[in-house]
Amino acid sequence: MSETIIKHAIKTAGTLTAFALVGTAILAYIFIITRAPIEASEAEARLALFSQILPHNTYNNNLLKTELTIPPNPLLGNRVPSKANIAKLGDETVGVILEAIAHDGYAGDIKLLLAIRADGAISGVRVLAHKETPGLGDYIEIERNTWITQFSNESLTKTVAKDWAVVKDGGKFEYMAGATITPRAVVKAVAKALQFFNENKLLLLENKTADKVAQSKDAT
Amino acid sequence: MSIYKEITLNGIWKQNPGVVQLLGLCPTLAVTTSVVNGVSLGLATVLVMAAANGTISPVRKYVPNEIRVPVFILVIAALVTVIDLSINAFAHPLHKVLGIFIPLIVVNCIVLARVESFAAKNAPIPSILDGFMMGIGLTLVLGLLGGMRELVGKGTLFSGLDLVFGPAAKQFVLTIIPDYHGFLLAVLPPGAFLGLGMLIAARNWMDIRNKAKSADEHTTTSALQPALHP
Repeated sequence: MSETIIKHAIKTAGTLTAFALVGTAILAYIFIITRAPIEASEAEARLALFSQILPHNTYNNNLLKTELTIPPNPLLGNRVPSKANIAKLGDETVGVILEAIAHDGYAGDIKLLLAIRADGAISGVRVLAHKETPGLGDYIEIERNTWITQFSNESLTKTVAKDWAVVKDGGKFEYMAGATITPRAVVKAVAKALQFFNENKLLLLENKTADKVAQSKDAT
Repeated sequence: MSIYKEITLNGIWKQNPGVVQLLGLCPTLAVTTSVVNGVSLGLATVLVMAAANGTISPVRKYVPNEIRVPVFILVIAALVTVIDLSINAFAHPLHKVLGIFIPLIVVNCIVLARVESFAAKNAPIPSILDGFMMGIGLTLVLGLLGGMRELVGKGTLFSGLDLVFGPAAKQFVLTIIPDYHGFLLAVLPPGAFLGLGMLIAARNWMDIRNKAKSADEHTTTSALQPALHP
């Protein structure tokens, strides 16, 4: 009696294990063969976004060539090293494109791309990726709403710290009823990214290597 | 009635997942703020349900009864991820439109429900058709609900069509009520519940009326109960 139960249990466990192994193998295979095309289309999307947030006539270098690696930094919210692209006109650095991640959105991380001019003002912000509720929180996408453009020309000098919040929280940024958590997270992430820019301004503008940025972060 | 005809009728009317089985309510209520959103989620569901039923049906005899639910969940989760990654890699424009909906489907109990109640007991071809038709039935409900909420909430129809078919499609966005300031309730979750309630009521009313008609003709004793369980 007990022997058949054990046999049965082993057989059942074996079947489940087999399904798990086959499923994992298929997932691993698909992940490997789709990784390159997915990365390629993401890079393409990045370049398209660059041109949206930083006017072409303000720089003349290849942004993908002047790339810095920024180590994990709480102000940018990146937990793995992220990329920054330096825009130059001749020898002069005219702006920086940073990635910032908001962890306090409604569902998952909101990845932002910010272009900040050398004077510390924002040239433009776009959402790279998010998992906010379709139809409610997705108005942060430029394709759906112009909401995200209100950050253009904002800076920490133009808008004082207490105004860096949505109107509902006493700040100056618009939001839409029904989804407040999403814009709150974006506003906060943009403000923190500006703070990161100010703290690391000299290093970013002088186009130092990533190690220097890392050291400056350790020092502060 | 042939089995295929019955499956089709079940998916679209008799056992409609949206208004009869009431399965998959979470995405149904969350996403249907416009026709385009609703139909997009519906079509993604069609794809996943047909694929899930088609995958489970051939292996149904190898799955012991005790562990069928974990095996089904494993297969569905793996399948949704595979579809998500494949669309992202090989049909990127489509992923931009449907990508955000696909992860919502993995937690949609309608997929598990059809696998459990149909694909686990039937041959592959009818199973695929069942998944497909259940998906179509859900798509109709999502589209209708999206249309109702969009019309009342924003005064438009088909807004966001340009995100699916490119900027040229913008001319097909209908502004039904010009100078409309919007009725927020319809766009917010309560509007989804109200709209769904009206759709269910309308469907039950039509069903009861039809049954009463045929009862007159055949003098059968119909209890006039709308089926609430698959």
